[in-house]
Amino acid sequence: MNESKGPEANLVRMANQMADYFKAFPESEAAPGVADHIRKFWTPKMRAEFIKFGEAHPAHLHALAREALVLLKQAATK
Amino acid sequence: MGLIKELDYGTPIRVAASSVTLTIDGINVTVPEGTSVMAAAMQAGTKIPKLCATDMLESFGSCRLCLVEIEGRKGTPASCTTLVEPGMKVVTQSSRLASLRKGVMELYISDHPLDCLTCAANGDCELQTQAGAVGLREVRYGYEGANHLDAVKDNSNPYFSFDPAKCIVCSRCVRACAEVQGTFALTIAGRGFGSHVSPGGVDFMSSECVSCGACVQACPTATLIEKSVLDLGQPEHSEVTTCAYCGVGCSFKAEMQGSRVVRMVPWKDGKANEGHSCIKGRFAWGYATHKERITKPMVRARITDPWREVSWDEAINHAASEFKRLQATYGRDAVGGITSSRCTNEETFLVQKLVRAGFGNNNVDTCARVCHSPTGYGLAQTFGTSAGTQDFKSVDQTDVILLIGANPTDAHPVFASRMKRRLRQGAKLIVADPRRIDLVKTAHVKADYHLPLLPGTNVALINAIAHVIVTEGLVDEAFVRERCDLGHFETWARFIAQDKHAPEATAHLTGVPARDVRAAARLFAGAKNGSIYYGLGVTEHSQGSTMVMGMANLAMATGNIGRDGVGVNPLRGQNNVQGSCDMGSFPHELSGYRHISDEATRDMFNHLWGVELSPDPGLRIPNMFDEAIYGDFKGLYVQGEDIAQSDPDTHHVEAALKAMECVVVQDLFLCETAKFAHVFLPGSSFLEKDGTFTNAERRISRVRQVMPPLAGLADWQVTVKLAKALGYEMNYAHPSEIMDEIAALTPTFTGVSFKRIDELGSIQWPCNDKAPTGTPIMHVDHFVRGLGKFMITEFVATDERTGPRFPLILTTGRILSQYNVGAQTRRTDNNQWHPEDMLEIHPFDAESRGIVDGDLVALASRSGEVALRALISERMQPGVVYTTFHHPNSGANVVTTDYSDWATNCPEYKVTAVEVRRSNHRSEWQEQDAADSVSLRRILNPVMDAAE
Repeated sequence: MNESKGPEANLVRMANQMADYFKAFPESEAAPGVADHIRKFWTPKMRAEFIKFGEAHPAHLHALAREALVLLKQAATK
Repeated sequence: MGLIKELDYGTPIRVAASSVTLTIDGINVTVPEGTSVMAAAMQAGTKIPKLCATDMLESFGSCRLCLVEIEGRKGTPASCTTLVEPGMKVVTQSSRLASLRKGVMELYISDHPLDCLTCAANGDCELQTQAGAVGLREVRYGYEGANHLDAVKDNSNPYFSFDPAKCIVCSRCVRACAEVQGTFALTIAGRGFGSHVSPGGVDFMSSECVSCGACVQACPTATLIEKSVLDLGQPEHSEVTTCAYCGVGCSFKAEMQGSRVVRMVPWKDGKANEGHSCIKGRFAWGYATHKERITKPMVRARITDPWREVSWDEAINHAASEFKRLQATYGRDAVGGITSSRCTNEETFLVQKLVRAGFGNNNVDTCARVCHSPTGYGLAQTFGTSAGTQDFKSVDQTDVILLIGANPTDAHPVFASRMKRRLRQGAKLIVADPRRIDLVKTAHVKADYHLPLLPGTNVALINAIAHVIVTEGLVDEAFVRERCDLGHFETWARFIAQDKHAPEATAHLTGVPARDVRAAARLFAGAKNGSIYYGLGVTEHSQGSTMVMGMANLAMATGNIGRDGVGVNPLRGQNNVQGSCDMGSFPHELSGYRHISDEATRDMFNHLWGVELSPDPGLRIPNMFDEAIYGDFKGLYVQGEDIAQSDPDTHHVEAALKAMECVVVQDLFLCETAKFAHVFLPGSSFLEKDGTFTNAERRISRVRQVMPPLAGLADWQVTVKLAKALGYEMNYAHPSEIMDEIAALTPTFTGVSFKRIDELGSIQWPCNDKAPTGTPIMHVDHFVRGLGKFMITEFVATDERTGPRFPLILTTGRILSQYNVGAQTRRTDNNQWHPEDMLEIHPFDAESRGIVDGDLVALASRSGEVALRALISERMQPGVVYTTFHHPNSGANVVTTDYSDWATNCPEYKVTAVEVRRSNHRSEWQEQDAADSVSLRRILNPVMDAAE
């Protein structure tokens, strides 16, 4: 998985690592698992930066991380 | 206050289901079956004279001083080796016995220097005491015969001396080394009159002795005695406290003269150590008064300025004004704090309180981030709480031990002794470790299986073991059905039964032969009681949390949870890792592992603290570093941790610290992190304050002040002052009041108070209405989360890969004589054992690089490069090298990377791709560090009244 080189590189890497863990889970649990983990352990600023960067550079994200991003964004706008 | 003297029953206290009643000197005594007559008499208050007997050792029956008369029996049996029987009638005093005992003592004294008045053990010598007890008034044999009075002293050990002239050859030291410590370094050499104690034909320092002090403690004379007692004389009072080194949390008597420590003696009633100790706790306490202690607060505008000593008020007001300025300029989240696993629960609780209530954010983290944070995550997911399941005593009941990624003989030596004792009794051992650690094969202990896996493949291995158990029908189905969530179990069982997890399929990943994995799995699954013990070799990986969950899965699948002899047991690195986690040091949770987003929990804190806590998680330590480098994190309060040395990827850490505008370090010494600090607040050692530590078995033990704080304030008082200067009032008269607040806010601590700990000796949490005396073993009837939850544990290889540039894997760890970053042990004589960090390398890897033992070699990774001396060792497997991080200029963490655990960001210290080559110079970083260590530590006109 390619990663960005900017300040968001670590966030992308961390999210992709989570996706690698949750990919073995049933489909209904995998992306929510990534999103829930980010919600529980990241600061709002980290979440916001992740969403902003991920939307601009979706290719940098693992598929599950992309799905999680959508879930995080939905939760943020509720 | 006087000197605490524990009763010595002469032989071990037995625990038995049935009891025996006998008569001793006409008094009825009832004791557990299996008790010796000597111990029974002691329980009735009768001290039978003895020399070779002590209750830390099994009876030996050599001194012939403890003879008694027993009705109906011939002769005068030794009371230490004679077990009680129902109706037995024992006489301990008679003219015949007195005559026999006096005769024995005459023989001993005829070959003993009569220098009692100038002897260091005067007043604390059992030979002297027993001579008095038997009424010895003369020695008919005189003193001119053959003797050992000219035997030469062995002063090679820096902490104790061995004077064979005073030895009575009772074998207590030899037996202590064998039975208690399990090292077997001592023996009785020679025969008959020539019999003598020998550390294997060499001096103590050159021997296999590990300086645990058990022999010194066992010695009834001044033969083996602490050099501090030789220098200072006998102590006059003592206080029970808790060791400040590893997570075993040994209880010690600090034996004092006024406010000066004379010696630290392990406390027999301490439940974590039961009277045993290791070289660090027993002897390496001199750092507390080392000349490099900083006892004056200091400030400076830039890190390149010399430090300026100031008053406490000036330092604290300066720190507070800087934090306020940074928050006003850069935002509320621009500052944070780090709590320490070396500080007390109360101090840790206050630092996180200061951050949450004083700074108004949740940017607090603890050094457990870089060691056992995956334990917290993994065990919470599977069992429901973040703690080991057993007490240490549980290992006495285990039948098979699965030891993964831990090296207890070096890192948790007192528990290792207990483990070795159980192994000598016949328990089986499986070691999963890339290195051939001591427990693979040591005196009277040999692992049944050593699974020398490649670093980074833990999860593949644990999955393979679980695969065997599931596919060969070895699951404890009754346990799973009754205690676990069946839906999750079935999902997991289908996952783990896949062929890709089979030992044969994973052997190319782990490097472990499939037949050994299968055999080890069968052994573990077939055990009546199977236990898992693990260390940082599990957690400090990119899949650390996955591995913890994998082990929890294994324990549940085999029914090894909820009773003595089983469990999942993290061996915590530092003394208060468990406590610092319990106290709400992580940015996402409050004390008792309750997530910060939980409104009801926050309300409790809001109400008591008079604040409105943020519901969002704060920054973890690595996030703080990243944010600092990006320019958004500007101020840090670090209590008792040396992140510049201990955290990975030193270049990154140093860049982050340099990017901050105010770093406040509270420490005993001008540590590596202090080189980048703007305010230095002198810390207090464990001897200088009251509080509690919580060890790896969740045992909360008291830390008791035995000397005033060298800098005038205990650490908790400094935090209180800093909070007040920030505008947040904290009002405590004593640390006990802080614990009262912890108890009021934390459901698992509601029954904990200093008073209650004093009454019970120590308490294992949870301690509350449901468990008023604490909880030695968790998850007995049900898991904390209700039903145990099996978690999917897919193996994902780390991104850190070897290749042509970096073909070897570096793994880092610890050694017996040093502790963590070495700040304490390097300032003691422990340095004699480990004066520098070495690079252990397999002979094959060394030879192919032209490296011979002792060569200076460059160790390079994509993160950085350092130079170390090579130690060629077959403990390593080819392709893997090892070093420690105890000495700052070694720079082990210059080489480690920023890769970390997917769930917790615990660094991947255990896997770094490196290359090693011969070198003739230190690295650029080491040269710069040596220069910085002088230039960044200058103190302007220091007042020379620090520690001695």
